Amino acid sequence: MLSKRNKEALFNPLSKDNPVLVQILGICSTLAVTAKLEPAIVMGISVIAVLAISNVVISLLRKTIPTSIRIIVQLVVVAALVIIVQQVLRAYAYDVSLQLSVFIGLIITNCILMGRLEAFALSNRPWPAFLDGIGNGLGYMIILVIVAFFRELLGSGTLLNYQVIPQWCYDHGYMNNGLMILPPMALITVGCIIWVHRSRNKDLQEK
Amino acid sequence: MNKNSNIYQIIYASVMVLIVGTVLAFIYMALKPKQDDNIANDKRGQILSAVFLKPADKSQIEDTFNKYIVEGFIVDENGNTVSNDKQETFEVNMKNNIMEKSRKLPVFKCKLDDGSIKYIIPVYGAGKTGGLWGPIWGYVAVNDNGKDIYGAYFSHEGETPGLGAEIANPKFQDQFKGKKIYVDGEFKSISVMKAGQKPTDGSEYVDAISGGTMTSRGVEAMLKDCMEPYDAFFKKLQSGTFK
Repeated sequence: MLSKRNKEALFNPLSKDNPVLVQILGICSTLAVTAKLEPAIVMGISVIAVLAISNVVISLLRKTIPTSIRIIVQLVVVAALVIIVQQVLRAYAYDVSLQLSVFIGLIITNCILMGRLEAFALSNRPWPAFLDGIGNGLGYMIILVIVAFFRELLGSGTLLNYQVIPQWCYDHGYMNNGLMILPPMALITVGCIIWVHRSRNKDLQEK
Repeated sequence: MNKNSNIYQIIYASVMVLIVGTVLAFIYMALKPKQDDNIANDKRGQILSAVFLKPADKSQIEDTFNKYIVEGFIVDENGNTVSNDKQETFEVNMKNNIMEKSRKLPVFKCKLDDGSIKYIIPVYGAGKTGGLWGPIWGYVAVNDNGKDIYGAYFSHEGETPGLGAEIANPKFQDQFKGKKIYVDGEFKSISVMKAGQKPTDGSEYVDAISGGTMTSRGVEAMLKDCMEPYDAFFKKLQSGTFK
């Protein structure tokens, strides 16, 4: 079940081969959905689901897909899955679907998906592909949650919409940092995380 | 079979599109009734939010709606009732309605526990009267004197979380409580101003959302655009001649 290679497929993306920090994929949505913690978490879960399932589907079809139209095939599979997720959310978790609104549709354009389908699912069996999907999805979600944690805490003084910075701080002149809510600070936060990550993993540093 | 031959590719693509299309159509048909229920229920919840009666339990929304929203009717720009059908009023699609030359003007009559009457009118804005990324909408409850606002509710399709999306925050909406929409007998929509600024035309105002300037402007434009046509209706309420 979990051979050494499979373990690598599942756990490497969490840190050493993280899609956001090391492969620098999916930056766009990382900037867009991380102003608050809650959409970041739901977005992470949706990406994990879509990525794992599309990885399995492409891996199952890998021997039949003609090379010259493989990107189109991948796109169709991802788009169909995203639409299904959107429809199911709308029917069974209406509130969540309202919150995510456009972001669910944007999963299609998340480069982690195409990247993993192209790099892994096309040349591996379904089970490792599934683990790879889960691993990369999780790796993406971790970064989303870290970034959203700092942005919501410093930008709005709340976490998951609960007030965590007490009122007396505001009474003594503390102010929420409005800049944290804007996309540029998301990029800088991601930059800081990459910096910390590289300084702790010497082998990732370019010579 | 040669995987790279043209025939194989064409057949592969066609079959794939056919299968995916069928699956999606099937899922859409299967989930549609459930989604429509959700949408209608959500709309009822939004209308109730404008009068602060939205129950926390979603299954209660329909009962609460039927209990408090006693009437629904459509008026024209002269303030005359053109339809008394509650269901028809509920089903007016504001998205299409605001494009019409002569709009239908839906009104929901709400009777609170203390017997007071509030009139809830829907507002909807797209494009110049919308948000930064897409449409915004809401419901505004007006007291039965036709002069001031009892409560307001706003929502949006895709405004930025933490910025424009804050119009859906009760903190923003609560500012509208008790604001006058008539100054010296003339209709004046509520302005949405940056902190420290005041409107020049003497209208009442609320604080805009910092960092959400475009959305705040949209709310202001939407309120003016959607409430002004009710002028005649409000005046009838004020003079007590509306039945």
